[in-house]
Amino acid sequence: MSDEHVVSLQDVEVHFESESSLLSRVRGETDVVKAVDGISLDIPENDVVALVGESGCGKTTLGKTAIGAQRPTGGTVSYRGQDIWKAKDNDGDVEIPFDEIRKSLQIIPQDPGASLNPNKTVQHSLAAPLKLRKPDMDSFERRDRIHEMLARVGMEPPQDYAKRFPHQLSGGEKQRVALIRALLMNPDLILADEAVSALDVSLRIDMMDLMLELQGQFDTSFLFISHNLSNASYVAGNSNGRIGIMYLGELVELGPIDEVLENPKHPYTKALVWATPNLNPDIETETESPLRKVDVPDPRNPPSGCRFHTRCPEAREACKRTTPESVAVDGDENHSVTCLRALENHEYWNSPELEGESAETPTEEPTLADEPVQ
Amino acid sequence: MQQKRTKTVDDPIFEVRDTTVSFDMDRGESKVLNEVDIDVERGEVLGVVGESGSGKSMFASALLNAVVDPGVLTGDITFYPESGSAIDLLELSESEIKEVRWEEISMVFQGAMSSFNPTMSIEGHFRETLSAHGYDVEAGMERARELLSDLYLESDQVLGSYPHELSGGMSQRALIALSLVLEPEVLVMDEPTAALDLLMQRSIIQLIQEIADERDLTIVFITHDLPLVANLADRIAVLYAFEFVEVGPAYDVLTEAKHPYTRALLNSTPNLETPREQMRPIDGAAPDPVSVPNGCSYHPRCPVGDETCEHDDPPLDSRTDEGEHVAACHYVDEVSTSVPLTLQEVTVNE
Repeated sequence: MSDEHVVSLQDVEVHFESESSLLSRVRGETDVVKAVDGISLDIPENDVVALVGESGCGKTTLGKTAIGAQRPTGGTVSYRGQDIWKAKDNDGDVEIPFDEIRKSLQIIPQDPGASLNPNKTVQHSLAAPLKLRKPDMDSFERRDRIHEMLARVGMEPPQDYAKRFPHQLSGGEKQRVALIRALLMNPDLILADEAVSALDVSLRIDMMDLMLELQGQFDTSFLFISHNLSNASYVAGNSNGRIGIMYLGELVELGPIDEVLENPKHPYTKALVWATPNLNPDIETETESPLRKVDVPDPRNPPSGCRFHTRCPEAREACKRTTPESVAVDGDENHSVTCLRALENHEYWNSPELEGESAETPTEEPTLADEPVQ
Repeated sequence: MQQKRTKTVDDPIFEVRDTTVSFDMDRGESKVLNEVDIDVERGEVLGVVGESGSGKSMFASALLNAVVDPGVLTGDITFYPESGSAIDLLELSESEIKEVRWEEISMVFQGAMSSFNPTMSIEGHFRETLSAHGYDVEAGMERARELLSDLYLESDQVLGSYPHELSGGMSQRALIALSLVLEPEVLVMDEPTAALDLLMQRSIIQLIQEIADERDLTIVFITHDLPLVANLADRIAVLYAFEFVEVGPAYDVLTEAKHPYTRALLNSTPNLETPREQMRPIDGAAPDPVSVPNGCSYHPRCPVGDETCEHDDPPLDSRTDEGEHVAACHYVDEVSTSVPLTLQEVTVNE
C-alpha cells in the first residue's frame, strides 16, 4: 500500500491451534487461540506506538507479527509497501528482500539477560550486528563505533564495559546493551517488548528517556509493549506518540496518548486507568472495581459479540450478540474505539442491561452465549 | 546507641530492634539488613518500599526468622500475640518457630507457582496445611471455601484443580487464601502481585484491603512499586541500602517526604498524574552490600549532602516534629527546597 508507512498491518490474524484434548476431539472441536484477531495498524516513520493490555491479550504476538518474526494466519503485513511474507516466499515481484526487511525491524526482548550470549563479551555481542550491516568496516572502526555507542548510553568507561561478560552487568546495563545491539542494525522500527518492566521503578524513566533520545537521533519508530499504563504513557507522551489498547486479540482503542488518557472511550481503557496506581493521595480514587469479573475469559473460547462484555460495567444485551466495529471518536480519524457505545443511534441504547452476573459466575457462561440469539 | 525514639506506635505487634542479617563473603562481610529498628502496629497495613538489593526480602525473612544459611540473623524481634505473652522470635527452637509460622505469622511470596506442589491438588494443599498444624480439617475446609469465594474464586472448581490449571492471578489468590486458612494475626507479603497484570494487581490489593479490615489482620506489604502501596498502606517505610531511611504515615510520606531518597524516588516514579517533563531519574546506583558508603549511605547520590553526611550516619529520628514521621537525614529541614516534589507542585498550583 502506501510507502510512507514503515510497517502496515492490514486485518492481521494470528491463530494458534493448541493441543486439543481427547475430549474436544471427540466433540469435534478444535482449540484455536485467536491471539490476534483482525487488527489493522499503520506505523509511519518516526512514530511511537505503545501497546497496552493484560497478559494473554496478544500484544506480544502482534508486536512480533509487526516486525516479521511471526507469520500471520490471515491479513497482510507490509514493510514500505512490500508484503513481508511474499518477500519471504519469493512470491511475485519482490522489491525488498526478506533479509533486508528483517534487518530493518529489530527487537529489544523482555529479558535482555537471556538474549545475550553468556560466554561472549559485550564487544563480541555488539560486533555481530555491525559485521552484518557494515561488512566493509574493519575491526578498529567497529571497536570505535561500539565504544562510542556505549559511552552514549552512559556506560563509561566504554573500554571497560566492552570487555565485560553479561553476568558482570546489572539489569539496566544489559537492557542498554540490547538497545545498542538493536540500534546498530540501523533499523526503521524497534519492538520493545516489556523492555523496562523488569527494571526498578527509579531506573525505568532513565531507560525510557534513553530510548526516546536515541529514537529521535536515529529516526527510528518504536513499538513499545507494556502492561503498565504509566510506562506506556511516559514513552508515548514524551514522543507525541499513540497508544493502542488490546483486549483478547483485538485492538479496542487507538489514539494519540493524551487524547486517550484524558478522554478514554472504551470501558476497558477506563478500567485500566482505574487500575493504575496513583501516587497522589489527594486524588479520590474509586475503590470499587468497575469490572463485573476479575478474571480474563479463556482465550480459546472468547465471549460472543463484544469480547469484553463479560467484564464490562456498561454491557447490555446487545453487546452479547453484536460484534462492534472500530469507529472514529467524534469524527476524529486519529482516535478510534471498538465499542457500541460510540454509536449514537445503535440499538445498544435501547437494549436491557445485562443481568447482574456475579463475579463467581463459572466459565461455562461464554459457551451459553455462543448460541445465536434471535 | 539505639534509642527508644523509633517507638512510633501505641500497640505494636512486632518490635524489631537492632536487627542485622549478614553474610560472610570472600569479598568481606555483607550486611544485607543493617541494624534496623521498626515497630509494626497491630491491625495496620505497613508498606515497606525498596528497590532491588535494598534488603527488603531479607526484612521479610527476618520477621519470620526464616533467614537461610549462611545468612546470620542477629538482634531482637519481639512478637506480641493478641493474647498470651510476648514471644522473642529469635530465641525460639526450630519446632517452636514452625508453630508460629503460618499459625500466627503467615506469608505470601511472589510467584505462587513455585509455592505450590505441582503434583498436589489445591484442596490437598489446604488439607495438608490444616492437619500438619493440628487444626480441625473439616472446619478448616469450610473456612477455605469462604476465603476463596471472598477472593472471587469459584471455590469447588479451584479446590479440585492442580496448580498448573490455574492462571497466574487465580493461583496467587489461592495462595493468599491458603496463607489465611490458619487464621494468622500477621500476613507478610513479599511482592505478592509483582508478576500480575495491572487490573489483577489492583483487584488483589482491593481484596487484601477488605480481608484485612474484616479479620483484623496486620499486613506487612513489601514491594518495589511505591504507587502500589500508596492507596493501601496506613504507614510506609522506605528502605535504602539495607536501612530504613524514612518511616511515617502513608499520606505524609507521599506528600511531604523528608528524606532526599524518598523524594527522588517519588519524582522518578512513572505516574499518570505527574507531568511527564518533570519526572527525573535518580542519578547513580544503589550501593553494593560489601561496600556501603561511610556516613549517610545515600550521600554519594544526594544533592543536599555535605561533609557531615560523609562521616556521620544520621539516625532515623524525629528531629522531625511529631515523632510519627521520621527520616534519617541531617538536613530534613532543607530537603523541601533542595529536592522539590513535582507531584506536590502540581497539586499546589492547581
